[in-house]
Amino acid sequence: MSLDKATVRRIAHLARIDVPDADLEPLAQELSGIMNWIEQLKEVNTDAVAPMTGGTDMKPAWRKDAVADGAQAEKVLSNAPERHDSFFAVPKVVE
Amino acid sequence: MTDLTRFTIAQAREHLRKKDFSALELADAHIKAMETHRDLNAFIVETADLARERAKESDFRIKSGNALPLDGIPLGIKDLFCTEGVQTTAGSHILKGFRPNYESTVSQKLRDAGSVMLGKLNLDEFAMGSSNKTSYYGHVKNPWKARGHATELVPGGSSGGSAAAVSAHLAMGATGTDTGGSIRQPAAFCGIVGVKPTYGRCSRWGIVAFASSLDQAGPMTRTVRDAAIMLNVMTGHDPKDSTSMPTKMPDVEAVLGQGVKGLRIGVPKEYRPAGLNAEVGALWDKGAQWLKDAGAEIVEIDLPHTKYALPTYYIVAPAEASSNLARYDGVRYGLRVPGKSLDDMYAKTRAEGFGKEVKRRILIGTYVLSAGYYDAYYLKAQKVRALIAQDFEKAFGKVDAILTPTAPTAAFGLNDKVDDPVAMYLNDVFTVPASLAGIPGASVPAGLNAHGLPLGLQVLTKRWDEATLFRVCQVLEDAAKFPGLRGGA
Amino acid sequence: MSYIIKGETGDWEVVIGLEVHAQVISAAKLFSSASTSFGSEPNSNVAFVDAAMPGMLPTINETCVEQAVRTGLGLKAKINHRSVFARKNYFYADLPQGYQISQYDQPIVGEGIILLDMPDGSVRSVGIERLHLEQDAGKSIHDIHPTKSFIDLNRAGVALMEIVSKPDMRSPDEAGAYLKKMRSILRYLGTCDGNMEEGNMRCDANVSVRPVGSTELRTRCEIKNVNSVRFVMQAIEHEAKRHIDVYESGGKIDQETRLYDSNKGETRTMRSKEFAHDYRYFPDPDLLPLEFDEAYVAAIKAKLPELPDDKKDRFMREYGLTAYDAGVLVAEKENADFFETVAKGRDAKLANNWVSNNLFSVINTRGITIAESPISAKNLGRLIDLISDNTISGRLAKDVFEIMVETGKAPDAIVEERGLKQITDTGAIEKAVDSVLAANPEKVAQVKAGKEALIGWFVGQIMKATQGKANPAMCQELLKKKLAQ
Ligand SMILES: [Mg+2]
Ligand SMILES: [Zn+2]
Repeated sequence: MSLDKATVRRIAHLARIDVPDADLEPLAQELSGIMNWIEQLKEVNTDAVAPMTGGTDMKPAWRKDAVADGAQAEKVLSNAPERHDSFFAVPKVVE
Repeated sequence: MTDLTRFTIAQAREHLRKKDFSALELADAHIKAMETHRDLNAFIVETADLARERAKESDFRIKSGNALPLDGIPLGIKDLFCTEGVQTTAGSHILKGFRPNYESTVSQKLRDAGSVMLGKLNLDEFAMGSSNKTSYYGHVKNPWKARGHATELVPGGSSGGSAAAVSAHLAMGATGTDTGGSIRQPAAFCGIVGVKPTYGRCSRWGIVAFASSLDQAGPMTRTVRDAAIMLNVMTGHDPKDSTSMPTKMPDVEAVLGQGVKGLRIGVPKEYRPAGLNAEVGALWDKGAQWLKDAGAEIVEIDLPHTKYALPTYYIVAPAEASSNLARYDGVRYGLRVPGKSLDDMYAKTRAEGFGKEVKRRILIGTYVLSAGYYDAYYLKAQKVRALIAQDFEKAFGKVDAILTPTAPTAAFGLNDKVDDPVAMYLNDVFTVPASLAGIPGASVPAGLNAHGLPLGLQVLTKRWDEATLFRVCQVLEDAAKFPGLRGGA
Repeated sequence: MSYIIKGETGDWEVVIGLEVHAQVISAAKLFSSASTSFGSEPNSNVAFVDAAMPGMLPTINETCVEQAVRTGLGLKAKINHRSVFARKNYFYADLPQGYQISQYDQPIVGEGIILLDMPDGSVRSVGIERLHLEQDAGKSIHDIHPTKSFIDLNRAGVALMEIVSKPDMRSPDEAGAYLKKMRSILRYLGTCDGNMEEGNMRCDANVSVRPVGSTELRTRCEIKNVNSVRFVMQAIEHEAKRHIDVYESGGKIDQETRLYDSNKGETRTMRSKEFAHDYRYFPDPDLLPLEFDEAYVAAIKAKLPELPDDKKDRFMREYGLTAYDAGVLVAEKENADFFETVAKGRDAKLANNWVSNNLFSVINTRGITIAESPISAKNLGRLIDLISDNTISGRLAKDVFEIMVETGKAPDAIVEERGLKQITDTGAIEKAVDSVLAANPEKVAQVKAGKEALIGWFVGQIMKATQGKANPAMCQELLKKKLAQ
């Protein structure tokens, strides 16, 4: 099995997804199943291959440095689950 | 009175201009159909009032002789497109109550062309799925049923709501998005036309991202011509999307009559694995024969890395998704589940807000990008992706278009248990390679299987060559004389 | 002069590398068209892309690219014609996307060099490892509410240049000189205002120690976000001592991120960063690689201003200034420009004296900048002219200067108004000489008896009688003549 419980716990933490302890083992098995299937890529010789990093190889135009957005705090905040005046509010962060 | 929902977009466009009926009447007919067929669960949000309002505006323009290209045409919008002031959920609980204060470029273009939005169409959560069963808002039903069977079937996914609504004449057309086959596979399952243009043809701005290097919007309609009419409007350069093609797409409606005489059509042997569904294989042969009859030359081609496309896709797409979906954190919009700390809030919100398949892909994506695994998985996948793209490039040195089946089977049962995620992923085996290569692809309904269920054929062309794509699709459509859910188009 | 810390077990040296985050001067943000201006209402300079609304996409600001290239050229660095934006993935309240768009293995600027002007006039060379473009995060405010943190995204998405040095510095002084020189270059180039107090230029210091003579690189600690040159120097000093204490008591240093507490004068570990990071960098699929050609770079190069090192050389050459004097003048472009205006067509050493000694001491005492100087370069130049053409004496010039500082008036006007013009009329001076001689017959006798030194006393008396306006040279001459009679 390529992913063990500890690995699942670690990546779930990295991804900030709460996974109950009881679910770690079945999840590890399920994800291992997918990863084992993916392992077949190892058969492909890619030694001299440059990676394809995006969906296209165009050269995009660059944006002019002009202020043409913003000044819309209400619209930015209108969907906030919690706000205080013009701030978003979250549980206190201790640094 | 005639049923106004039976028309194609092209027909309705004529009738509206001749004032045979009004845009409002056309909208009302579709609103009624939408409301009557709520059992399909195709829509997450219905916007009937908005539709009537926009239809009245269309009537005003038509009356004053200023009709826009899609004036009065009732369309459904996949709920992955952000629509100003109208709830947008991506089929996920985590976007609970989200009302964007902006409109996606593609839906804006459709709106600016005078079309009338009927509502937001159901989909697999964050477009991750091939059955439409992962939607937080319940699964969509395929309007088709096997002859003599009551079994409910999946519409395919992720654009399952779009496919079902168009197939059942609830909307004349719909937007879809395709990351690994999410337009083409449901189009095939529901017996309609679905087109995924070249990556970069439609702006991605305002479309909830799944996998940024693969996501592409496209039209879903009942005819090839209707797809061309919609795509003409949906494309165009958008400075807000760095991956948007700067040059204009040639008019794809204008090329429809041109036929395929003299074109070379490739048939890749790797798409015919041992155990390919016999009816699917037979329809594919039939399709090749139709094109041959129309004057094309059929050429067997090699796409040697085809079998690696799915595992490549299941690294690239989840990796990008794991990062794209990090923004759903309960801070600025959507669901928030309180926690005792910021991290606790994140973890609880995301655990409750995301469904099983989405979490599975986020975890896979996080894993393949994590320290020590990047080279073995993500970088490897990008290299194999390059090889897959090169396969197509080589093939298009020899042929003008490629013909394949769209999906390995017809629509399967809603209650068929698919426990193994990999088995579900195999639905996209024929559509994913083109997504990885960024080339355009379309599914045309080409026939019915022995149970009377639709099967589709897929056409692929090289990048930016939507014109050839549509020419081939039109010939297939003409030859297939596909009956449609109601017998006619 | 090497910086050596004496420990109980022997002598230690400190190894320092600095990471500077410099806010790019641009009107709009790196990936959105929202304004970069600060001090606005919370969340008012926020585009939907800055708030990471669903479906929003970044687009690159051409000026930010140009500024990065310009800075790279200013650091004599390799400009990479193809660079790649990558996502650095981590969760934080003021990081809306859940990732920072930065550059990872393919930055826009590669290796370069920076010359440090040390206080003793010597020059040290420090390597630049790389410079890359990235977006800033928003701001978390923790002290308004007892149980909540508040988030303002105005800063989110503003372009930063992260400039990483090689671990080439060996003392807090060198680190200080590096930051001052970096700030000077950025300000000359107009790519960053270099204001550390406002956080527009931030510094992370990587510090390790090793026994003198050793060439190993021991475990380093990163001290984050120190907001003044002085604090960076203090933090390095404290951190180095901490490392030595740990090693000498048999301990081991863990690689970690620390904060400098300037009140307590100590560094401490950052609690919130306890777990190991795994940033999962990968190329951002929303942004295509950043590509440009040599012509693009050449066009920017052609418009580069004269930079501090070149200006310093020129000042030494053209104005005959010492390395130290030239170094002081060129540190701030405004100071150098001021000096040149004053020195042009005048005695350069005199000009340097008045600018570097007299005027700078006023500026420093008042805590203002040269732009706010009470004396304009033109007026200071005129003052020197008045000295040179004998309109006023050097002694009187000091008084005129003081009045200029107080009133901001032109020296000519002051001299005119207060009647400070030197008396060069022979008749008037002769009268004054005569009356002083007549009033002090015994002293006249002493001079005639050979006590030549008293001539100076007479000059003083004459100056007193003329309120300092008499031309001293003429007084001297007349006195000698009269006393010789
Ligand atoms: Mg750093
Ligand atoms: Zn940085």
